[in-house]
Amino acid sequence: MSVALARGRTPRRLRRLVSDAGAVVLAVVLLIWWLLPVYNMMLIALDPEGDTEFTGDIWPSAPTLEAFRGVLFQRYWYLQDFWRQLGNSFFIGIMTMALTVLIGSLASFALGRMRLGKGGVISTAALLLYMVPAYFLVIPFYLLMHRYGLIDSLWAVIAADVTFAVPYAVLILQWYGRLIPLELDEAARIDGATPGQVYVQIYLPLMAPALAAVGTYALLTAWNEYLYQFILLSSPRNKTVAITLATFFDNEDTPWNYPVAASLIYALPPIALFFAVRRYIAAGLTLGGVKG
Amino acid sequence: MSSTEQVLAAGPGALNRPWRPSWHRHLSGPEFAWAIAFIVPYAAVLVAFAIFPIAYGFWMASSPSLYVQLFASDEYWDAVVTTALYVGIGVNTGMFLALLLSGFFMRRRWWVKAMLVVSMLPWALPAQTGFISFHWMMVYWGFLNSVLEKLFGIYGPDWLSHYWLALGANIVASTWKTMPFWTLILLAGRTAIPQDLYDAADIDGATGFRRFVHLVVPLLANLYLVCTLLSAIWMIGDFNTPDLVSSGAPVGSTEVLATLGVAYLFDHGNPGLGVAVVMTALPVLIPLGILLIRRLHTREVQL
Repeated sequence: MSVALARGRTPRRLRRLVSDAGAVVLAVVLLIWWLLPVYNMMLIALDPEGDTEFTGDIWPSAPTLEAFRGVLFQRYWYLQDFWRQLGNSFFIGIMTMALTVLIGSLASFALGRMRLGKGGVISTAALLLYMVPAYFLVIPFYLLMHRYGLIDSLWAVIAADVTFAVPYAVLILQWYGRLIPLELDEAARIDGATPGQVYVQIYLPLMAPALAAVGTYALLTAWNEYLYQFILLSSPRNKTVAITLATFFDNEDTPWNYPVAASLIYALPPIALFFAVRRYIAAGLTLGGVKG
Repeated sequence: MSSTEQVLAAGPGALNRPWRPSWHRHLSGPEFAWAIAFIVPYAAVLVAFAIFPIAYGFWMASSPSLYVQLFASDEYWDAVVTTALYVGIGVNTGMFLALLLSGFFMRRRWWVKAMLVVSMLPWALPAQTGFISFHWMMVYWGFLNSVLEKLFGIYGPDWLSHYWLALGANIVASTWKTMPFWTLILLAGRTAIPQDLYDAADIDGATGFRRFVHLVVPLLANLYLVCTLLSAIWMIGDFNTPDLVSSGAPVGSTEVLATLGVAYLFDHGNPGLGVAVVMTALPVLIPLGILLIRRLHTREVQL
């Protein structure tokens, strides 16, 4: 009651103005919070020496793109294989994305659309696996890859990334699939389509938004991950950007601007992909959340 | 967000539609073959790269002597305490802030919608880029202390050489990276609350804080709990943040279970002990997992 009275007394316009002003202040604080680490990286990358932390600069005093040039033309010894490493990262990322989408969509079709007898068991198994932290399995995984003869192979990393991305993919695809009426499948079946045709011609096109979300999630997982790459890949030929960045700490005397510039370049592909398909991401992710 | 809105517009009914009648479950011969063919790649991946490594891990860590050795070491108990603090504080702060922030994004202003896009940047940025930046911001001569000195004339501490500050740095960095994800999910939960309820609350005079406590909180409780459980499970297994931000500094005190396990493999050449470290987290992980699956299987949606 008192709230209603107080509201009646305050002029509506003033209240709205105060509320908007508060929102703007909050927005500025949030923008600083989100962008500060990126700004810090830009600061170091644009510095000619890469040692802003010793000069105490908080804005670029003599900005230069030299570090970016050094990375792109592989001028610095530590990053002389940058393009090959980026190629390896792309190979891992894209293969993880493709395999996750393929295996996930096939499985979710069988489980969600065809009502496979023991489907519930497999779904629960997937859900349980989704909860096992990937890093908890790194040691047995490493030893097993030795047995499989996949050590120092990009495929070992892809196998790990796909394994941890697929249960999530199946979960999201099954939830999303429930929005598509089963009558569509049935109509196609009556017209004589095989399950394979239903999958290709009905399921995949209608599931496109969820597939985009799941694929992006898989790529982000592969792009974020470096421990499996670090442990599984040993030869210089198979190194990835993620390994170089993560081990750069061990080198005390290297100038920081080059690897920081490299890490900013490395960040571009997932960000580009994310913003390209962000509408679907929102759908895919929130669907899983709201369902709970 | 338009696709989400479509999904949500379809309503809980669409999401919880009962399964087809039983005739659909009995697949005929060729259909059954198709279904098996569709599921085989998935099952093969799970068995070869998940179930087998898990079983192998159990076998590696089956010797009781490993646990005797582990429980006798101080660094293990330090890691247990640090993990508990990291997860306990990190999950709750992150989730509560995400809940508040999702309220901010409910504002119908074009620039608020634009900010939602920017807010996802930390989530889309690779872990290395974001966390290495946090690390270099918080070293003694880093950006943070430069700002404190130039703008406020304060000489900041060496952030990563005090236990609580280094732990705090890990928590802040982790919150920075994961909060956008949870904000987006809680925002979707909020948009699913029918406008009528807000209108009814408005008529009853409940606005602002009261509306939040009596309307939003009860309606989002289940979703919030699911997110908290999932976030806790993920954070217990988080390796990237503690490894890159504090790197265990000062002197290994901010190691968590995930990083300690890997340290046993590399620094001590003792993979069995490394797996044992991880195994001791299972008594916490399994109940969390069961609770989460139960929550997810709850069919009644509260909205």
